[in-house]
Amino acid sequence: MKILLVFATLVAAACGEQLFVGDQVLRITASSEEQIALLRALGEQAELQVDFWLDPTSPGHPADLRVPFPSLQAVKIFLESNSISYSIMIEDVQELVDEEKKAMMKSRRIERSTRTFDFASYHTIDEIYDWMDMLVDDHPSLVSKIQIGQSYENRPLYVLKFSTGGSNRPAIWLDTGIHSREWITQATGVWTANKIAKEYGQDPSITAILDSMDIFFEIVTNPDGYAFTHSSNRMWRKTRSINAGSHCVGVDPNRNWDAGFGGAGSSSNPCSETYRGPYPHSESEVKAIVDFIRGHGNVKSVISIHSYSQMLLFPYGYKTAPAPNHQELNELAKKAVSDLAIVYGTKYTYGSIVDTIYLADGTTIDWAYDNGVKYSFTFELRDTGRYGFLLPSTQIIPTATETWPALLDIMIHVLEHPY
Amino acid sequence: SAMELPPSHHRANRAAALAAGYVCYRRGSPGRGLRLRTVRRAGRRDIDGVGPKYHLELVLEDIVDEDSTVNCTAEVLYHLGNKNIAPDVQFTIEGELKNTDEADNIFYSQIKSLEKELVAENIPDSHGHVSPEMEPIRLLAWVASGYVMWQNSTENTKFQFAQIKHVKQVKRSDEYLEFDYMILLHEMVSQEIIPWQMTVLWHPQHGVQVTQDSRQPKHASE
Repeated sequence: MKILLVFATLVAAACGEQLFVGDQVLRITASSEEQIALLRALGEQAELQVDFWLDPTSPGHPADLRVPFPSLQAVKIFLESNSISYSIMIEDVQELVDEEKKAMMKSRRIERSTRTFDFASYHTIDEIYDWMDMLVDDHPSLVSKIQIGQSYENRPLYVLKFSTGGSNRPAIWLDTGIHSREWITQATGVWTANKIAKEYGQDPSITAILDSMDIFFEIVTNPDGYAFTHSSNRMWRKTRSINAGSHCVGVDPNRNWDAGFGGAGSSSNPCSETYRGPYPHSESEVKAIVDFIRGHGNVKSVISIHSYSQMLLFPYGYKTAPAPNHQELNELAKKAVSDLAIVYGTKYTYGSIVDTIYLADGTTIDWAYDNGVKYSFTFELRDTGRYGFLLPSTQIIPTATETWPALLDIMIHVLEHPY
Repeated sequence: SAMELPPSHHRANRAAALAAGYVCYRRGSPGRGLRLRTVRRAGRRDIDGVGPKYHLELVLEDIVDEDSTVNCTAEVLYHLGNKNIAPDVQFTIEGELKNTDEADNIFYSQIKSLEKELVAENIPDSHGHVSPEMEPIRLLAWVASGYVMWQNSTENTKFQFAQIKHVKQVKRSDEYLEFDYMILLHEMVSQEIIPWQMTVLWHPQHGVQVTQDSRQPKHASE
């Protein structure tokens, strides 16, 4: 009976009208014949517009009553003043309708495209967001999707959570695509997230990691920028926030963090590709991660993935002084790039940001490190300039495949060195 | 006072990229583009009254055929006092570069015999693809950009070729091929993408020449 009625409301909702916002369904149990009579009379009162999904039949048997929002108070007062017991079965009928509609559409999508996702090509933001939902559906006990905020242009910022349980377990944070033109990173992110889900229970390393720790993975960290690289300018790097008093758009999200903010390793010019922004964490894309990691309180590693240059970097970028555990980070980086090279011979260099590339302030991993995250690394993926940002899609799977053991090395080290 | 630099140091890499761009310009063709593969050794010393001089031992690779490499020693002298003087570059290549006469001559005849001038854009495209017919056009731009990089480099820049936005052939009555390119250079220290116009002349026997070039303002859509 309920299904039929929900379907009927679905049809109505599908015609575009939102008819049921705030409406509730009450489960009412009359305890006497008098109460049954009262309920029937209630149903007859035209101005209340209530309808029974389950008719009152006899005492002790529940009756389900849909009550439109404007009549809720009157009906509840009536029930309470007549000592008729009830509970709220559906808090908002419209919400239920919306969910069911979504589920129907989702299952149509799933039937069309599960297991046909092409990891060897570059995808639009919508394709990636759709795929994320598929991944969650395919691995419901391991993967969930959370929203940590919104971009400047109000796109959702989604994070995939990989967890086998526990409560606020020590966690590893991964992000790709903070610089939108670095397309190999979002593509590697998709492949890697899929790999994590696939290999849990198969690969001993990722299984050991996920048995004790959680992984949080933000694949499209700069969705506005990414959309812009598809629609207008393939070489767009920054966010798309409007800068007051300037015709130039966007802030470099990897100069906007509160770590050495405002030094020589970033620009004060809004037209610059390394513009730091008006103040630290001015970008909602950055603030969302800051709030998430701070709020979580138990993140043990931050790995931020960029391209290109084939490097594995660790703090600091904003100063030349070595990080307190420089030696440890250096050794770990050395091992990781060595294991990466074994796969296809791809050579990476490694070291601190300031030694290996240049002075850069306000970076993700410097902020993480200065906020207690001891194992903070930045990858610069393929290549070294032959194609640069325009890395051929034929290199997506090889790049992701060779990066996987390097990521595992870091994550295993974090697992084995709790703090 | 000479100073040995770790090969992975950014200063060594910037000088090496510049040297490789210069070598590529001098030795490249539509059949052969060269790029930096590795810095084997690097040293730096200051020349009084002029600026820093780098001594480099490099490995260069063929852009198309990655397994084809040559060793190269180069000296790069930056003129600190005068921004208008391009760095001095001297180089020696060990051994022979791959012979590209056949490929060059085929490309030359193909373009010479086109009825309509060649026009193309976005090479590589957004997905990194270059059609086989456009590969020599791309290499020619790569080689010519070595000139632009050489002329505009300082100790604080590292240029990489990013993309051909637009190329148009200009028909000539003499034996040269002429192309008008709009390319994008990626300057890695500032992270800027710089549009640059170049007029490029080429002939199989006379090498690549950039006869005119100018830096362009950033794209209007930004």
